[in-house]
Amino acid sequence: MPAILEVQQLVKKYGDKVAVNGISFDIQAGEIFSLLGPNGAGKTTTISVLSTLYMPTAGDAVIGGHSVVKEPMAVRNLIGVVPQDLALYEDLTARENLSFWGQMYNLSGKALNARIDQVLEQIGLKDRANQRVKTFSGGMKRRVNIGVGLLHQPRLLFMDEPTVGIDPQSRRAILDSVKDLNRQGMTVLYTTHYMEEAQELSDRVGIIDHGDLIALGTQSELTRQVGEYEALQLHISEMDDSEALAQALRSVEGVVRADVIDHNITLITPEAEKILAPVVSRANERGIRIHTVTIQEPNLEAVFLHLTGRALRD
Amino acid sequence: MKKILLLGWKDLTLAFRDRAALIMMLLAPFALTLGLGLVTGGLSGGSGSSGLSAIPLVLVNQDSGQLGGELVNVFQSAELAGLVAPQVSGDAAAARKLVDDDQTAAAVIIPAGFTASIIPDAGTGQSGAAAQIELYTNPSRPTSSGIIQAIVDQFINQVEIGRVGAQVTVSGLIASGRIEPQQAAVLGEQLAARQAQAADNPRITLTGVEADSPAVEFNVLAYMAPGMALMFLMFTVSNGGRTLLVEKAQGTLPRLLVAPLSPAQVLLGKMFGVFLTGTAQMLILIVASTLLFQLKWGNPLAVLVLVLACVVGAVGWGMLITALVKTPGQAASIGSAVMLIFGILGGSFFDISLLPSWFRTVSKITPNAWGLDGFSRLALGSGLAEIVPDIAGLLAMGVVLFGVSLFLFMRRGVIQR
Repeated sequence: MPAILEVQQLVKKYGDKVAVNGISFDIQAGEIFSLLGPNGAGKTTTISVLSTLYMPTAGDAVIGGHSVVKEPMAVRNLIGVVPQDLALYEDLTARENLSFWGQMYNLSGKALNARIDQVLEQIGLKDRANQRVKTFSGGMKRRVNIGVGLLHQPRLLFMDEPTVGIDPQSRRAILDSVKDLNRQGMTVLYTTHYMEEAQELSDRVGIIDHGDLIALGTQSELTRQVGEYEALQLHISEMDDSEALAQALRSVEGVVRADVIDHNITLITPEAEKILAPVVSRANERGIRIHTVTIQEPNLEAVFLHLTGRALRD
Repeated sequence: MKKILLLGWKDLTLAFRDRAALIMMLLAPFALTLGLGLVTGGLSGGSGSSGLSAIPLVLVNQDSGQLGGELVNVFQSAELAGLVAPQVSGDAAAARKLVDDDQTAAAVIIPAGFTASIIPDAGTGQSGAAAQIELYTNPSRPTSSGIIQAIVDQFINQVEIGRVGAQVTVSGLIASGRIEPQQAAVLGEQLAARQAQAADNPRITLTGVEADSPAVEFNVLAYMAPGMALMFLMFTVSNGGRTLLVEKAQGTLPRLLVAPLSPAQVLLGKMFGVFLTGTAQMLILIVASTLLFQLKWGNPLAVLVLVLACVVGAVGWGMLITALVKTPGQAASIGSAVMLIFGILGGSFFDISLLPSWFRTVSKITPNAWGLDGFSRLALGSGLAEIVPDIAGLLAMGVVLFGVSLFLFMRRGVIQR
């Protein structure tokens, strides 16, 4: 498959601060490629340069045969951008927003109207099309935000953390829509700091930290690099103090890291089976009942931990 | 070009969906005009105290006849006492010098033989050689001198009505055989003189006369309404410029900058939006005040051209404010301050032609001053040709300020990659 995007030694500095430090990668047509990294890693800056918003300090990127440095206008016709923050006119209706942005991308007349109807259907807002965006929930606004990026059927869609700050239901809908778009042939560059999203969506993943691309490959290629780590996931009762238990488990021999999300505790360890008994014992000592235990194969979280010594959410 | 128009139309739509902006754009200037009109008596027909008072002028009466004295009496009448402050002089050259030195708004010079040129001699029945009143006006005080001109015009109109009326009456009496042709000259003189005396009646007022009366029709609201409209136009343009920073903060500007249009198109589109909004605001205020206050703004084409020029000048300031500040909040604060300062400096609250010349010079940095000058001239009957300097001043202001703003935008990288 031909590469639709080739990034070549891309550098972006703000004064003395290096936001992107000479990264190189490519994306094949039809692929979902995720840039995974914590906040401040350089994901948004990378997308901003690739989408021609900023000039790179050095290096270049070629999209569909056009340089982002030398031919920004040609690049803009090929790409769609879904920014991290909502970029909509809240006093316009959903339809008016789509119409305005469609015309900015050279759509007009019947083709524009037909495309607006398709996108409204796609984002599930056909019945709210004529209501002002400011009356929408956060999730609905996110969907309009995505709809604007899809309207002109770009060859390459940049999605910059599109699920930040929304409810699980809307997040699920967005992830499903990304997979749908990809099935229809759209190439997607997706940035996230959620390991689960990158794992679920991506054909290939680039892990970025402090402006450096520290790992690149398919998920299996990446996890093979750090095969010695496994994840042990515990689900405990809502009545119990998950933070206190995690704190106690951090002192168990063999536990490299313990993270808590709601009532789930994830333990990173070289050998999950070995720590299982002491973990259950510590829980029992505190009168905490473990509902389920899951041992996960090495994942991207473990890869990041292995490469940086930090968790993605640090 | 289409995208620039679309950007402008989008901003116009957003402006008219913003209730707070609508209040400031339309309701506030209207309410202030109405309020100031009530305070100054502009709605009840008095000469008021809106700043259009004690207009200094010099009267030079070289006419030995009756009409010259009548015109002096008109200016010295109780009805115009609050409006004009006449000073009588016998020296026409000295009177003109007072105008040239900006000591007075106008000199009214009534030439010798003025009465004789209108009223036929009782003995011969012949009128004297044509003699015209000279109105020597101060171009830097267009409103004041326009009012004096309107009073003089009205006096002449009434004298003319008297003269023609007397001729028709005398001809009718001769035709019906009620008087002999030899009596015509004496009777004609008596009738014309009686009509001329009517010029001293209280119909010469600022407002509040019968619809069919030919009295002076300068309404203080015709000064207040453009003053307020121009002041709040400054709000609209600073608020419109502010939307560029709002769009930057809310992410729509970056989104525009990665769409297939150039930064110049984005900036021009934003400017066009402010221009459209300002124009719509001015036109709505003009139409509303015409319908509700029966204001006469003057030649419609000239008014439209002047409105467009005012908006160009004001948009220049709006863009400059936007280029100088960093946040939408700063733009709002500075925009409001500039609106008030320009309102005072530009004469939106009082007639600056009564103030020292240095003040009037400084006021020329504001679109308010140029605009008010033009609107005052148009309300007093001038045409497009007479307001060309105002239009040129406003357009030059807009172009220069746009250039400076563009330079600042580029330097700060607001619209650049």
